[in-house]
Amino acid sequence: MPYPFVYTMQKKKILLGDEAVAQGAIDAGISGSYAYPGTPSTEINEYVRSTEKGKIHCAWSPNEKVAYEEALGHSWAGKRALIAMKHVGLNVAADPFMSSAIAGINGGMVLAVADDPGMHSSQNEQDSRCYADFAKVPCFEPTDQQEAYDFTREAFDLSEKNNIPVMVRLVTRLSHTRTIVAVGAKRKQNSLRPARDNKRWTVLPAYARRMFKEHLAKYDSLQKFSEKRSSLSLRGKRLGVIASGIAYNYLMENAPKDISVLKINFYPLPMKSIEKLAKHVKKLIVIEEGYPFIERQLNRFKIHGKLDGTLPLTGELTPDIVRKAIGMKAHPGRKASSLLKIRPPRLCVGCPHASTYDVINGVKKRFPKLRSFGDIGCYTLGALPPYNAIDTCIDMGASIGMAKGAVDAGVRPVIAVIGDSTFTHSGMTSLLKAAKENTDMTVFILDNDTTAMTGGQETLANDQRLVDIVKGLGVDERHIRVIDPVPTRLKENIAIVQKEIPYKGLSVIIPVRACVTMVKKR
Amino acid sequence: MKCDIILAGVGGQGILTLSYAIVNACLDEGYNVLQSEIHGMSQRGGAVYAHLRISDKKIYSDMIPKGRADIILGTEPLEALRHLDHLTPEGKIITSSVPVKNIIYPDEAKVLDELRRHGALLLDSTDLARKAGSIKAQNIVMLGAVSRFLPLKTLKMYIKKLFSKKGKEIVKINLLAFDLGLITKCWEI
Ligand SMILES: Cc1ncc(C[n+]2csc(CCOP(=O)(O)OP(=O)(O)O)c2C)c(N)n1
Ligand code: SF4
Repeated sequence: MPYPFVYTMQKKKILLGDEAVAQGAIDAGISGSYAYPGTPSTEINEYVRSTEKGKIHCAWSPNEKVAYEEALGHSWAGKRALIAMKHVGLNVAADPFMSSAIAGINGGMVLAVADDPGMHSSQNEQDSRCYADFAKVPCFEPTDQQEAYDFTREAFDLSEKNNIPVMVRLVTRLSHTRTIVAVGAKRKQNSLRPARDNKRWTVLPAYARRMFKEHLAKYDSLQKFSEKRSSLSLRGKRLGVIASGIAYNYLMENAPKDISVLKINFYPLPMKSIEKLAKHVKKLIVIEEGYPFIERQLNRFKIHGKLDGTLPLTGELTPDIVRKAIGMKAHPGRKASSLLKIRPPRLCVGCPHASTYDVINGVKKRFPKLRSFGDIGCYTLGALPPYNAIDTCIDMGASIGMAKGAVDAGVRPVIAVIGDSTFTHSGMTSLLKAAKENTDMTVFILDNDTTAMTGGQETLANDQRLVDIVKGLGVDERHIRVIDPVPTRLKENIAIVQKEIPYKGLSVIIPVRACVTMVKKR
Repeated sequence: MKCDIILAGVGGQGILTLSYAIVNACLDEGYNVLQSEIHGMSQRGGAVYAHLRISDKKIYSDMIPKGRADIILGTEPLEALRHLDHLTPEGKIITSSVPVKNIIYPDEAKVLDELRRHGALLLDSTDLARKAGSIKAQNIVMLGAVSRFLPLKTLKMYIKKLFSKKGKEIVKINLLAFDLGLITKCWEI
């Protein structure tokens, strides 16, 4: 189909980029939406849940790997499925992602991944296009919210037609900008038609070798489609710009005169258009959000971009950065104020995590050598003043494994601090191992009855269920202590924890109290 | 017509609610609109901002370039000041004069002075919201204040829509807050 699409029964809606992806998937006829929350991708599944609950399976998954596998099973059964996650989520789901790419799909399957250049709310700025290339999975990169809708819709057709999962790559500014989007009529959901070809779904080496070859050929053949989804405008010969995704907006915002532009929205790259542009112009710049991903693939041309310092290698692009890179003068403006002070986020007033950190700091007075391994969630703010109660935070679920590793190396006393959702995401297996070895450490699992950091999604295990899981993993019942993290019980809680620290084995402390902000919302 | 606005405040002050009304009015009245927001952490009290772009032409960038914002709308003075380098030389600042002091705050008088030097319109949003009936309506006071510079006519309808679930009394308070923001001469505080 030529782009832009025209829909029958077109309607206008105000949508965030994330919501446009969700609406595109809904209108493409998905029957399953699978996700684990993570900024800036959370609103994708939130939207499906708020508009289609009951019609589309859309409960939160415990982590991204499970979400991916659930979606894959859904696709195997012949139905269309959407998977949504933030960029680092794909590290967790990388295993099924890499292998399912080779095996292919049955019902259309689209993976929406939201990158976070500039690290507005993430621990790194990895570029998901590298994963798409790694797995040789085709990837759309929308420029705006309308394209987010259009391309997600189209991605499902492309996925089914070519028997391959398809990625839609988003970035924070695209995900979290709201605008008016034209949407079309809903396509019917697929009927149940489970896959029959067992060999294709079983990546035993003998089968996988052949399939991998076919997979690579299929990927390369998509270059033709890529030419259609990019647009080349040949004008002046002085400067040519290759701009992908939202980088194109920053270029056009500056209304550069008389330059030639290639707008890229799909990978594998449209090599023919790139060659045409390269032949036409004297100087070539690549502008892309994230890693120098396109740039590195074009090293046979003389290219300017992130690698030669024309654009910064880290952080987020802005219209101003792009303006400078194409040689235009900055707009006249005003000088920034010298009075500014940063205003970091902090735990809400009355947050149960604050009380837990008061307990930990109270215990530290008695055990000044205590080291504490943290994890990701609202409670990561315990790393900052006034608490300074956490020594590490690396990735979801790292606290328990790292704490155990440190104990194995001889550090004492050691605690780990992990949230309830993070625990079910990827802490349980580490605790299983620690329980098996009865590792000499104390693990805090903070049960605030929600996934607070990302806006309060329901969690999979709280209260008694959480205690039962901990028991089931093999932790000695006598050393599972449930406490109520409120300021009025500070002394009593410190006393309980102080008893567990010297115990030469594994203890688990579960502070149970609901997140005050979610209670207000409900 | 183009109007680029930066909304700035502290987490929990209702900046996104405020922009909801503007975005919906734009759709109704046939303008193109982009509203880029930074959300992430649900904890309270950090700096938050949104870029809101209204135009009758195609809008490309979701971020307003430096030196191109027509208006900075602040629900907190220091936060309004934070985006100064985005304002055009002719641009306007409209901000609440009420500081949120959850950090080691710079000299408050100096902050307000610098804002005044840049021609800022300051208003006591707490006082006006209280007069309207609820201190929570500060964001709508600010919406009323900025509305004098916007080409939009249907903002009040969306305030009604926004708060209709919360009952008639809340709707009334917010409509009054809007009017108080609109009629108050901001520079006389
Ligand atoms: C792999 C990965 N997936 C998702 C996220 C986003 N994320 C960060 S913390 C968090 C949830 C934290 O919930 P919980 O452990 O219950 O702590 P709370 O915020 O409720 O205190 C999520 C989903 C991430 N950083 N990494
Ligand atoms: S949102 Fe909930 S868990 Fe997060 S800081 Fe606030 S009260 Fe604590």
